[in-house]
Amino acid sequence: MSDPHPVSEPPTLDVRGLTVGFDTDRGLLRAVDDVSFVLPRGGTLGLVGESGSGKSVTSLSLLNLLPSPQGRILAGSIRLQGRELVGLPEREWQKIRGARIATIFQEPMTSLNPVYSVGAQIVEAIRLHRDVSRREARARAIELLRWVGIPDPTSRIEAYPHQLSGGMRQRVMIAMALSCEPEVLIADEPTTALDVTIQAQILELLWSMQQRFAMSVLLITHDLGVVAHHVQRVAVMYAGRIVEEAPVEELFRLPLHPYSRGLLRSIPPMGTSLQGKRRRRLPTIEGAVPSLLDLPPGCRFGPRCELHQPRCSAEEPSLREIVPGRLVRCHFAEEWAS
Amino acid sequence: MSEPVEPLLQAFHVSRYFQVGAGLFSAKKILRAVDDVSLQVMRGETLGLVGESGCGKSTLGRVVLRLLEPTGGRIAFEGQDLTLLSSSELRPLRRRMQIIFQDPYSSLNPRMSIRDIVGEGLLIHGMVKSRKELDERVAALLAKVGLRPEHRERYPHEFSGGQRQRIGIARALAVEPSFLVCDEPTSALDVSIQAQIVNLLLDLQETLGLSYLLISHDLKIVEFMSHRVAVMYLGKIVETGPTPQVFSRRAHPYTRALFSALPVPDPTRRTLRVLVEGDPPSPFDPPKGCAYHPRCPRAQPGRCDVEAPHPTEVEPRSGHFVACYFPEELVILRVATWVLPHQAAARSSILPNPNR
Ligand SMILES: Nc1ncnc2c1ncn2[C@@H]1O[C@H](COP(=O)(O)OP(=O)(O)OP(=O)(O)O)[C@@H](O)[C@H]1O
Ligand SMILES: Nc1ncnc2c1ncn2[C@@H]1O[C@H](COP(=O)(O)OP(=O)(O)OP(=O)(O)O)[C@@H](O)[C@H]1O
Ligand code: SF4
Ligand code: SF4
Ligand SMILES: [Mg+2]
Ligand SMILES: [Mg+2]
Repeated sequence: MSDPHPVSEPPTLDVRGLTVGFDTDRGLLRAVDDVSFVLPRGGTLGLVGESGSGKSVTSLSLLNLLPSPQGRILAGSIRLQGRELVGLPEREWQKIRGARIATIFQEPMTSLNPVYSVGAQIVEAIRLHRDVSRREARARAIELLRWVGIPDPTSRIEAYPHQLSGGMRQRVMIAMALSCEPEVLIADEPTTALDVTIQAQILELLWSMQQRFAMSVLLITHDLGVVAHHVQRVAVMYAGRIVEEAPVEELFRLPLHPYSRGLLRSIPPMGTSLQGKRRRRLPTIEGAVPSLLDLPPGCRFGPRCELHQPRCSAEEPSLREIVPGRLVRCHFAEEWAS
Repeated sequence: MSEPVEPLLQAFHVSRYFQVGAGLFSAKKILRAVDDVSLQVMRGETLGLVGESGCGKSTLGRVVLRLLEPTGGRIAFEGQDLTLLSSSELRPLRRRMQIIFQDPYSSLNPRMSIRDIVGEGLLIHGMVKSRKELDERVAALLAKVGLRPEHRERYPHEFSGGQRQRIGIARALAVEPSFLVCDEPTSALDVSIQAQIVNLLLDLQETLGLSYLLISHDLKIVEFMSHRVAVMYLGKIVETGPTPQVFSRRAHPYTRALFSALPVPDPTRRTLRVLVEGDPPSPFDPPKGCAYHPRCPRAQPGRCDVEAPHPTEVEPRSGHFVACYFPEELVILRVATWVLPHQAAARSSILPNPNR
């Protein structure tokens, strides 16, 4: 496959063959299985997929934050500007985490400390990586809170996490993640608790940060409206694996994997309300996700796939390039593409 | 089921203030999270509640269940005044009023197994007779929300964000409530599982006549599920009415701005956006007159900044109310194809292919 950019500049983040396991009392659970992607400098990759498919576990491994001892990277490589991160000692990770790779966690309450004011936490985050006075850090924190649309930031900086609304906590997390101008931002459902107006404002803010200092973003989201407008490439995950990766217009125009197709079909249409239309239901993908401890033979989507053929349960399809720039993990993708 | 008629839950002039501050740099202040709100939810009806982040939706949701004490106002559930009941008198009503919390993780006890979390209410209210029955009930509830029976033995930290959210839904449904506050019930779910949960809630409503107060930022879900909708801004309801009317007319200037930022799941189309201008106001010191006036493009000095507008009916007998002196006209909202310059640029710089 030809690389449009010559060898000189490695991508900001290069993840290959990432495999993550959890020890459970029923055996080893592979939550992420052979996942590869790149984040070019200043670029955005969207990561979508089934709830429980391994998106957050992927993001935790990029920060060396897997719960230990039960969770660990079993295989694969994570390179930041060409430098291998897998296997680095915790002391080295502390210099990277927050400063070079920052994250907005899916559940703000799990990462905000309930006993400190949000201001103290942002100040702490800034001073951990930057040599600035407490006073300067506080001024910076107020500015960041204003950027993310928190009203009256000068008094809100004193608030404790429980005194803020769900969306405000999420925005505090965003402010904290951006405070050190990281090279890579991992945003795990960054706007789920926000109304569409503030969501638009936050996404514009991320965009301007990308422009200003070429930040690369991994945007994990269930909101396909956000995906459609804010990312360039999308990877779709199912049961621990990437099943499709494509430029965003291509994926929306013609999803090639049957799971991606089912997902796009489940988007509720606009302009449909209950009145006079009793018994209306939204389309879903039939069946349930397989247990990661008891995967079906062959294709992991097989038991739910409308297009299932005998070959599908005999052999797992590989992820391969079907048309230039489009990777699909389905035996018959070539046929759908033509 | 016939059309919903009987009010199951009514809130009259309900308020909830918080005292905050007295920190190192500030004195004590009063925050009016919910300010003089009245609403009703009929039997078998869904009332959607939308509004800016931080406007008081979750607070209102908890106040109507008396999980938070109201600062003022009255709440009637099945004709009983909740605000007059003692906590022991409230207990038998608790089973019938449940909530799906916005933040799934902090609402699940990390030391309890999923069986205990989902089954706790069944045991407390004596709804199961044996361990075996409890196990079966919990397994059936988990299946309904797309989880598996063996998940019973596991603990909250072993689940993904969306799986935890579904545990919260199973717990709320376990005790067979008649009224359910759903606070962002599907925000962590992919569209397919979201559809499954939405269908489940609609099924329960049709077969058992459940009523929902549905709080969500997802306007498509609100439109799909709600019979009526209320739009909140800075602690007050500014527009309310039957969903199709509110969604098509968008009579309050804030409603219009809120709806116009909705991203369409189609990368080749953009809708014209009316961004809400200006900073959101401080809830400690709300603007005088109409709280929206500093950001409102229709505001008229001398009127809007003097006295707060009262809700008035948009059309006679429409049941559609708006609190605004100069409501928006009815227009056919045209979907414009509009690409921001930076988005056009973004689109042309497709990322290089990963070299595999
Ligand atoms: N500590 C843990 N122990 C065991 N299994 C775990 C643990 N953490 C996560 N898992 C499992 O790993 C899988 C992937 O979880 P992950 O949180 O990455 O999903 P996700 O794609 O982010 O889903 P969602 O969209 O619901 O947030 C899930 O099936 C989950 O049950
Ligand atoms: N315990 C508390 N102490 C002080 N202030 C609080 C408390 N709980 C909520 N508030 C404040 O009340 C206001 C309304 O919060 P609420 O959580 O009801 O908002 P919301 O509409 O649910 O927002 P979101 O959409 O972001 O979840 C916010 O300004 C919040 O900071
Ligand atoms: S490989 Fe077979 S089962 Fe799997 S997605 Fe393709 S058609 Fe469906
Ligand atoms: S009352 Fe005036 S300021 Fe308030 S929304 Fe209406 S026009 Fe705008
Ligand atoms: Mg997740
Ligand atoms: Mg809330």
